[in-house]
Amino acid sequence: MSDHCISIRGLGKKFVLGESAGHDTLRDQLAAGARRLLGRGRGPRKTKEFWALRDVSFDVMPGDVVGIVGHNGAGKSTLLKLLSQISEPTEGEIRVRGRIASLLEVGTGFHPELSGRENIFLNGAILGMSQKEIRAKFDEIVAFAEVENFLDTPVKRYSSGMYVRLAFAVAAHLEPEILVVDEVLAVGDIQFQKRCLGKMADVAKSGRTILFVSHNLAAVEKLCTRGVLLEKGLLRYNGTTKECIDQYLHVAKEAHGEFAGYVVSKSVIDKQSATAPVRVTDLKMFDLNGNALQQLQTNEGFTLRIHYQCGSAFAQGATAFLVTIKTHHGQEILRLSTIPISGFHIEQLGRTGHLDLRIDCIPLVGGRYVVDLTVFRPNVETIQLLTEVAAFEIIPTDVYDSGIGMDQTRGLIVAKHRWHHEIQEPI
Amino acid sequence: MDHTQNERILRPTRGLTGLKLGELWRFRELLGLLAWRDVLIRYKQTYLGVAWAVLQPVLTMVVFSVLFGRLAKFDSRGAPYAVLVLAALLPWQFFASALTESSNSLVASARIISKVYFPRLIIPVSAVLGGILDMLIATAILLVLMPFYGVAFRPHLLLLPLFFLAAFLPALAAGVWFSALNVKYRDVRYVVPFFTRIGMYVTPVGFIWQSLVPQKWWLAYNLNPLVGAIDGFRWCVLGDAFLPWWPGFWMSMAVTVVLLILGLAYFRQVEKSFADIV
Repeated sequence: MSDHCISIRGLGKKFVLGESAGHDTLRDQLAAGARRLLGRGRGPRKTKEFWALRDVSFDVMPGDVVGIVGHNGAGKSTLLKLLSQISEPTEGEIRVRGRIASLLEVGTGFHPELSGRENIFLNGAILGMSQKEIRAKFDEIVAFAEVENFLDTPVKRYSSGMYVRLAFAVAAHLEPEILVVDEVLAVGDIQFQKRCLGKMADVAKSGRTILFVSHNLAAVEKLCTRGVLLEKGLLRYNGTTKECIDQYLHVAKEAHGEFAGYVVSKSVIDKQSATAPVRVTDLKMFDLNGNALQQLQTNEGFTLRIHYQCGSAFAQGATAFLVTIKTHHGQEILRLSTIPISGFHIEQLGRTGHLDLRIDCIPLVGGRYVVDLTVFRPNVETIQLLTEVAAFEIIPTDVYDSGIGMDQTRGLIVAKHRWHHEIQEPI
Repeated sequence: MDHTQNERILRPTRGLTGLKLGELWRFRELLGLLAWRDVLIRYKQTYLGVAWAVLQPVLTMVVFSVLFGRLAKFDSRGAPYAVLVLAALLPWQFFASALTESSNSLVASARIISKVYFPRLIIPVSAVLGGILDMLIATAILLVLMPFYGVAFRPHLLLLPLFFLAAFLPALAAGVWFSALNVKYRDVRYVVPFFTRIGMYVTPVGFIWQSLVPQKWWLAYNLNPLVGAIDGFRWCVLGDAFLPWWPGFWMSMAVTVVLLILGLAYFRQVEKSFADIV
């Protein structure tokens, strides 16, 4: 008997796409049944199978901090869902020794109408803590979240900072033997992200086992003792963190291939929650003349157009959009949002519509950049999170008239600048 | 709880799986909390708050007594019509609100379901449990009104919890069925309100069914599981003039048990795909 705490063997998860997937209505089923009965159906229903994960095997030892990296659609989230027992594998098996807790989101089950106190108990229980455990840690959680004075206020009146702090405080006091964390933890401001990562580092140091999914390669490199790289549902690499990241970047180059201007990931758009009130339907980039973006140079401008759909029943309040531009290493460079970062307030969404973000001048050096898009209601909820939904390329540009094309080996941004030299005392 | 010794194996399940009621027991705290949450939320930010739990049955009682007692002049076997109606309203309203709340419960919890594991059965069950408080409040109203209408307290009242169970089980069965169906067939959203509205008139809430249904249809009429529960409630409150027709009562119970077992089996069967399709 080996001393692993998680052992994964031949794990696979199949999804069936096509007619039968999603919310069929009774009518569809009845119609299909009738067709079959009458014998004039088009044979078996047209469905497409899709393996989100296939034949994945690896072991995790106690105390390992495993970074799971891979592109969108590589199967990372699926793997986490299987590990946390949220969804059931189609084949293979996972053997787990120890109490496993998964943190795929902070504030799962938070209810806006309930007070901070009530939500701590509810959220704790949902994450798998016993009432006794929560009571024992209650004061600690409250102190960590710095919400002492608002314990009996409904969380819908919390500021977004308070809300996230409280949600994270509960999660941070979870003490499982194995922790499964998704990168969605990395929402919120930079300070909060640092705090999350700091807490994770503490947990890792205390000898507990962590599985960590992230696009943030810097965080993976810093925190993880091992790396697992997934690509299109297959295990591509399992070994050291460094080698894993190198391979990932290699895959990244292959995956995006050559493109002119920008690409939009259809799979990320399709993956959005169908029940959410707002859905992003498409993303487009234009140059400043309104033509599809062909090529972009440093200090040129562009417009990012977000097409959306909105359910009519949705009490809109304040819906906000956040665009995050990152390097292809996952380092964030730029965050632009409607409220709260800027004063742009969307009064009312249409059933469909589009939102334009015009950037007059982008001072980024040449190289590849990826775009995350978040639709959210400040203080209330994240409606959609589209990680790496688009990528665009900036052509290395000779910004400084020196004959050198500035790229990511020479910093990330450029600045309009001037040198000046003055001799005080000649030699 | 020490899990370190035993190894858990997650693998595809095939065929019928056990109901894993033990799992449900292990998560009983969460079950309680979710039920408590449902109760809290129901009356938060309503102007009258819990007063709604009083107003609903009382107003319905008034309307039905006037409609069936005064206007249609249905037979009441000498009992005050208001008490006759209220005694039936207790199980019926519990059933109807449990059905409404639980049928939508899984879909409303889509977010939690796709982020955390716990036995999914907890969700509809807690939604049904959440209706118990309303039921207790309505029972208190009944007890207050009984002397007012000159109905004596009889020892039969002690049997009330037993017949409450006879209302709870059909509610649970329906909740389990509809919540699971709703994940896949959103038609449920339209079926349930229709169902509860029609059900209120088909079920003997406003009348004594023996005097309206021809005798050869009695057994068939008791296929409605609520008929047994209502008969039981009236017996407890109004005494032996309302002794249930036992063959019918057991028919109601048998239907309930069958529905519940099939419902649980169906739920278990589709549970594993909830997170993938919800």
